[in-house]
Amino acid sequence: MESEITDKNPVVHKLREWDARAVTEVIEFRGETTVLVPREHLQRAAEYLASEPSLRFSFLSDITTVDRFPLEPRFEVNYHLLSLDRRERLRLKVRLGGSDPVVHSVIPVWPTANWHERENFDLFGIRFEGHPDLRRILMPDDWEGYPLRKDYPVEGYR
Amino acid sequence: MTTTIETAAGAAQTMVLNMGPQHPSTHGVLRVVLELDGEIVVKAQPVIGYLHTGIEKSCEAKTYSQAITLTDRLDYLAPLSNNLCYCLAVEKLLGLEVPKRAQYIRVLLTELTRIGSHLVWLGTHAIDLGAMSVFLYTFREREEIMKIFEFVSGQRMMTSYFRIGGLALEPPPGWLDHVSRVIDALPGHVDEYEDLLTTNRIWLGRTQGIGILSASDAIAMGASGPMLRGSGVAYDVRKAFPYSSYDEFDFEVQTQTAGDCFARYQVRVAEIRESIKIVRQAMDKIPAEGPIRTVAPGIVPPSREEMKTSIEGLIYHFKIFTEGFAPPPGEVYQVIESPRGELGFFVASDGSAKPYRVKVRAPSFINLQSLSKLAEGRLIADVVACIGTTDIVLGEVDR
Repeated sequence: MESEITDKNPVVHKLREWDARAVTEVIEFRGETTVLVPREHLQRAAEYLASEPSLRFSFLSDITTVDRFPLEPRFEVNYHLLSLDRRERLRLKVRLGGSDPVVHSVIPVWPTANWHERENFDLFGIRFEGHPDLRRILMPDDWEGYPLRKDYPVEGYR
Repeated sequence: MTTTIETAAGAAQTMVLNMGPQHPSTHGVLRVVLELDGEIVVKAQPVIGYLHTGIEKSCEAKTYSQAITLTDRLDYLAPLSNNLCYCLAVEKLLGLEVPKRAQYIRVLLTELTRIGSHLVWLGTHAIDLGAMSVFLYTFREREEIMKIFEFVSGQRMMTSYFRIGGLALEPPPGWLDHVSRVIDALPGHVDEYEDLLTTNRIWLGRTQGIGILSASDAIAMGASGPMLRGSGVAYDVRKAFPYSSYDEFDFEVQTQTAGDCFARYQVRVAEIRESIKIVRQAMDKIPAEGPIRTVAPGIVPPSREEMKTSIEGLIYHFKIFTEGFAPPPGEVYQVIESPRGELGFFVASDGSAKPYRVKVRAPSFINLQSLSKLAEGRLIADVVACIGTTDIVLGEVDR
């Protein structure tokens, strides 16, 4: 996996031109571009990517988390964006520490994020600030623990 | 499971009604909490998770090849689409190229899956709205497609036929004759369904102008597949991001602009016809002979012949089935057009023989989110039509 700050990708170039602080790292792997965004800039970057007329990432395909336990910061929240007219995909990645897994909600930008964020809250315990209805979605409401975390056993707690 | 319902402000006269999870028109175990003002739906909240089996967590405890069997069980009406998406994701992670012959066979079988899945949808949707006979006809045709799957893979539903690097087995001789018999009869059958429904006044009354989703709402809610195309957005992954040689096939992306239940019905019926076209083209393209698996020692099992006659073959075979293989560390997101929409697999590798993380972007899960928009302000009977045209499979919603 190569990891360097590069402006080869025009989208990354635009994003860095807009605000260089919003891009900390760019990863190119198997033809997919991943942009690492500091969490305080995520919501602004999302707004920019969705509304900038030359980018138009209007469709949020998916939000998912990877738990790198016991490394810190352990959580990586991935946002898979799609530009319907330009036929282009982009992944935003936000790293969150285990003691404070909080990130701004992107519902104002993409309303579809509602259930995605509930799912990530349910299974990983990521909290999305500004989410109107952050409840469990797949697990029962009274469930304890976050099943997809790596320190949660596959068989569950018995 | 307890669910707190916020009632609409000032609406003291409303009643809360639970629809499901045990309700025949919710296609499984979907529960919708309806807040009703008389017969009008004020608020519709889907409550899901009754079928959650932790498939994503289980994948992390299996080798890459073993996890294929779990993908069958996501969208159980289109198991081959799930197999395909997962295999493509792992192949992308490994940088593998699959032989053309296997790619065409994959296209043929996934298009048959799409037809089969749309037939189930049409039959069950029609029965929900009171048209009993369509259900009997569509299941008759679907059975023929299931027989093809059984003939080719040995299984009707949980096929696991697509493997990393190609296919599980060489298809049996004569299978294409079988396919062509089924495919030649299908256009006539689709005409029959259309005769029964498309101009039927009751059908039009139950579907036209109901459950309207505008194009901008559909995009904002992340709807995909026929939900999105019924609202006039011509986005189809097969055209936008071709995989498995779809760019060599000639077909049209079907759209309708009305965005109501009838538009989604029209899109799906037209898609059955397009899929028939693709299957026919695939039948012409598939070479009679050729490899069905790519050559990648240590990753793709060698042929039976090679395993029995060469020591390397035997070693690779043993190692693949005991230890598995380890892709390089990295993350990929692979997307395909499943019958329900944009199906995505996010696979992260840490360089070991088991996937570090598998995430399924389930189209039904996201499409279901639009249900509140479709049903609110409509009659309670229309909720059934709206759930029907959302075309959810709970196995995929809850994972």
